[in-house]
Amino acid sequence: MSDALLNVENLKVEYITGDSTTVAAVDNVSFSIKPGESLGLAGESGCGKSTIAYSLMRLHKPPALITNGKIVMNGKDVLNMNKKELQQFRWQETSMVFQSAMNCLNPVVTMEKQFFEIYKYHGVTKNKKEAIKLSEKLLSIVGIPAERLKDYPHQFSGGMRQRAVIAMALALNPKLLILDEPTTALDTVVQRDIIQRIFKLQKEYGFAILFITHDISLMMEFCDSVAVMYAGRIIEQGKSLMMLKEPKHPYTYGLKNSFPSLQGPLSHMEGIKGNPLNLKNIPQGCRFQDRCFRVCDKCRQIEPPKVEHTDGFFYCHDQLAYDKGGKLHE
Amino acid sequence: MSREVVFKVDDVCVDFEVGGKSFFSKKKSLRALNHISFELYKGETLAIVGESGCGKSTICRTAMRFHSPSSGNMYYEDLNIHQLDKQNLKRYRQKMQMIFQDPFSSLNPLHNIYYHLDRPLTLYHNHSAKEKQELMDKYLTMVGLVPPSEQGNKHPHELSGGQRQRAYIARVLAVGADVIFADEPTSMLDVSIRLGVLNLMNDLKNDLGKSFIYITHDIATARYISDRIIVLYAGHMVEWGDVDKVIINPQHPYTQLLVAAAPDPEREGEVDLPVVKNDEETEVNLWTPESKGCPFAKRCPKAVEACKVELPPPVEVDEGQFVRCTHAKSIK
Repeated sequence: MSDALLNVENLKVEYITGDSTTVAAVDNVSFSIKPGESLGLAGESGCGKSTIAYSLMRLHKPPALITNGKIVMNGKDVLNMNKKELQQFRWQETSMVFQSAMNCLNPVVTMEKQFFEIYKYHGVTKNKKEAIKLSEKLLSIVGIPAERLKDYPHQFSGGMRQRAVIAMALALNPKLLILDEPTTALDTVVQRDIIQRIFKLQKEYGFAILFITHDISLMMEFCDSVAVMYAGRIIEQGKSLMMLKEPKHPYTYGLKNSFPSLQGPLSHMEGIKGNPLNLKNIPQGCRFQDRCFRVCDKCRQIEPPKVEHTDGFFYCHDQLAYDKGGKLHE
Repeated sequence: MSREVVFKVDDVCVDFEVGGKSFFSKKKSLRALNHISFELYKGETLAIVGESGCGKSTICRTAMRFHSPSSGNMYYEDLNIHQLDKQNLKRYRQKMQMIFQDPFSSLNPLHNIYYHLDRPLTLYHNHSAKEKQELMDKYLTMVGLVPPSEQGNKHPHELSGGQRQRAYIARVLAVGADVIFADEPTSMLDVSIRLGVLNLMNDLKNDLGKSFIYITHDIATARYISDRIIVLYAGHMVEWGDVDKVIINPQHPYTQLLVAAAPDPEREGEVDLPVVKNDEETEVNLWTPESKGCPFAKRCPKAVEACKVELPPPVEVDEGQFVRCTHAKSIK
């Protein structure tokens, strides 16, 4: 795909463990994002979502190593950048909002100065007054009054801090915004407010979004398409609506069914049995076999191939089928 | 209702002293819970929802005797929880137990799971060694840690988060608790495991008749496992009653806001959050014993002058659904 903004091919990230073996936290992952598109990356903790986010910006640190694959962002190969190029690439082309905003802001420096530093180091302006003008505008788009610019981060509430971090991430008009669980520490009301703002800004400014979270219901509501990861692999990807109504992979089905609905009648829900896979001993065949409710002999022996369809792809021998009413065929 | 009440909260207020900015400045009191009253029946799950800092956990911690109420009383059956003699205290500690949010720090890392079950059985019950072993295996099987002989010999670090929470629930059962306070028991667990723990709590309620107080900020799981719900805002009960009535047809503006904000993939288009957009005031402010009016008035889109003066008394808007709001209309 040449029209893609970000293209990731066969990315493999390994962690070197204490006993000098390696564990592949991200194993052969490929995906692409078009300009202005939003992709959600879902999965439980330890499945490699954040590792992907960090390696996209080359923020990963040893013992994590990218051992294979290619990351092409806007025609440039991220893995071959030198230090200077990388500095320009981060923030200007791709910026990231981290999970806990409390930890990304410097507590002893005013917001004003923190904004000014971004502009200074990325060569936008060296004039303080100009920088303040720019940052006031930024704060106003995330709904923080301009006079709060003189405050220290601790004077902001949790939600405001997270919004300020988002404003900072947008300071240099990046083409891709990576959101790594941006709202997990916040209350639901604040969470919705922030996410609605981000997606409104996306429409206005046209950047692409990679949205990482474990809350699949939130993701399906906002993103264009959704990729579900399990044990280091993307096991299913597709348009949100299709993933919501007719997921083909049993894991996606189980994840979706782990969130009770707020409307309509409630029935007993099962969730997913068992425990997350230990990446140190990956079984032969499908990685999901021990927790799958329709596992067969084939799953235990042969790794499922990639099956593509009009809306996306999945890896499963025995895809879920639905009848016309959207009910699962047994 | 003729159902048996196991735990009762009667007009409880809890005040905390908060210091001023310097050593000499005047101490202020902060009212964490303001005139809370409710009853918990045998064999039911009561959910308490609200945002962080609204006092959900304070209810729990007061019931656990970590704090004592500034006014009002809490009762277990007919015992006043905060005035117990030694014998009743032991009985109370046996019957009321708490499940903590963090299963990673609630188990002793130096001992195996059997030890965690063995201690309460020794302290609270008279069993022979053989009986104890049978009971421990029974409880472990009940919470789904099978085979018990293998899982019981493991140390906490060998278990995953969901298994640890299950092991902790087995310990609560071994103590012999009737009323279980679950303070966000699933918020640290993975999404795929959460439902398993909730279903386990549901089974214990249905099969053994345990009563649960389920404290959470996730309104969807609250609807899934509980019978009744209390919505708390800044230490005030703003709406309570049957869980389906409250969530499907919320009457208080704050409950409406909570329900609207919950993620729901089947929703189309943007949700218009019914909040006054005033960023200075979106957080819960300091509520003192002298404060007057409805705590939600500053954020409420429907607020009128009267809201700032007095918090209205509870109104029954539907059978078993109560709201404290000036706009609520009684069914009578």
